[in-house]
Amino acid sequence: MTSLPASAERKLGLVIDLDTCVGCHACVVACKGWNTEAYGAPLSDQDPYGADPSGTFLNRVHSYEVQPEDGAAQLVHFPKSCLHCEDAPCVTVCPTGASYKRAEDGIVLVDESACIGCGLCAWACPYGAREMDAAEGVMKKCTLCVDRIYNDNLPEQDRVPACVRTCPAGARHFGDLGDPESDVSRLVAARGGMDLMPEQGTRPVNQYLPPRPRDQLDQMEESAPRLDPVIEEPGGFLGWLDRALEKL
Amino acid sequence: MHPAPSVIAFTTLSGIGFGLLAWLGLGLPPVTGGSAFAFFTIAYLLAAGGLVASTFHLGHPERALLAFTQWRTSWLSREAWASVAALLVMAVCGAGAVFFDTRIPALGWIGSALCILTVWATSMIYAQLATVPRWNTPLTPVLFLSLAAAGGALLAGQPDFALVLLPLSGVVQVIWWVRGDRALADSGTDMASATGLGGTGRVRAFEPPHTGPNYLMREMVFRIGRKHALKLRTLALLLGYVLPCLLLLIPFSHVFAALAVGSHLGGVAASRWLFFAEAEHVVGLYYGKN
Repeated sequence: MTSLPASAERKLGLVIDLDTCVGCHACVVACKGWNTEAYGAPLSDQDPYGADPSGTFLNRVHSYEVQPEDGAAQLVHFPKSCLHCEDAPCVTVCPTGASYKRAEDGIVLVDESACIGCGLCAWACPYGAREMDAAEGVMKKCTLCVDRIYNDNLPEQDRVPACVRTCPAGARHFGDLGDPESDVSRLVAARGGMDLMPEQGTRPVNQYLPPRPRDQLDQMEESAPRLDPVIEEPGGFLGWLDRALEKL
Repeated sequence: MHPAPSVIAFTTLSGIGFGLLAWLGLGLPPVTGGSAFAFFTIAYLLAAGGLVASTFHLGHPERALLAFTQWRTSWLSREAWASVAALLVMAVCGAGAVFFDTRIPALGWIGSALCILTVWATSMIYAQLATVPRWNTPLTPVLFLSLAAAGGALLAGQPDFALVLLPLSGVVQVIWWVRGDRALADSGTDMASATGLGGTGRVRAFEPPHTGPNYLMREMVFRIGRKHALKLRTLALLLGYVLPCLLLLIPFSHVFAALAVGSHLGGVAASRWLFFAEAEHVVGLYYGKN
């Protein structure tokens, strides 16, 4: 049913630290690696080794340059995947009931056997979190690795989304954002976590931690006067050589 | 947005087809017998043909029946119900008029109402999307409904109504364009709100996620075709509204009437191309576009 649950018991989601992300794209690779062989249809590629490669990804890392009024420009790497919104517009537009938001943990999923591939949910998502698989003709999206996080066959430390498990910088955190005492909620409170496009009214569960203020490197005073050149004219043997060559 | 030919054909043809059916339901013109057969055939070819065209862009058309299940929340599902109901009710009206020389006015009115409901539901699929500020306005249903009414009047051979409705829908079209041109800027969504980095400084897209394009860019960051937007708008206004009116003002002949309909359809198709090609989806902001 494409009606949204009145309230989710838990709000599982990600906290992404824009201060820490180094833009290595390891999360992109881990996501594709896990999800192409797990839940639902594979994440296909078209012309992967040819001149015009493209493919389905559930997680993509953008990079932005931010130019403050004064000071040097900053580069911010920006991973983006489904934000598992509380008011998910992608769910309510679905004509078939393939898209749904789970009441028990707030995860937004697609039942691929009911998806007609109309693409309206991708139009309704402001974040570009949904991609139609060109080979399968069904909509693919982040499942928050629903087949990992509850999977008793995996060691406990692996029961987190693949992107979180793989991030070498520790820039991705997984937890219950509906519980104010959870690690992720306290992290969001401490670091001023923010919604993306709050004016779209989607109430995203995933939170982004803004970059911390940078050092003002370009505004540093020079600590000592610059040294004068030690010698203007070479002396000794080199001086003789220099003069001799000059005369040639 | 990507202007998919199937969706442009669907909204253009089914819009005017349901418009014609609505007029026929009202008994304008009060046709029976052979001429009723001609009118209803044209209307069904346009309306149902448009619906069939719309399934061409589906990834899994064989599951299309599932689209009837979610009418509580989905405008696409409501459109499916309204269109089938309208086509069924009007089929009864049409059969009565063609085979029994009988018109059932009450049923005709219900059929007309269902036709209007169908066009409204179609327009709401676009108007509901906050992600496309150009579409996200009550003016979008007004545009679709006025166009269906005007085109339907033209096809139904109602020059008096057409001469009022065509200029009216032309005015709505121009207002829709003027409002649309500043819709994204007025929406408050920009790269600063998309990235949340606006507080630090001016945000510029430095690197896209991949060197190649992807589904999102092909489907929603479509920018080709905007270059000739002004020329296409002029063409849409001339073909869609001005020329049909002029052709209606000269003494009636079937050739001129057919020309007026063809010209109108061409103009509406041009306008519908722009409806998609000019529409900016906010996801484009993540790619530094729009």
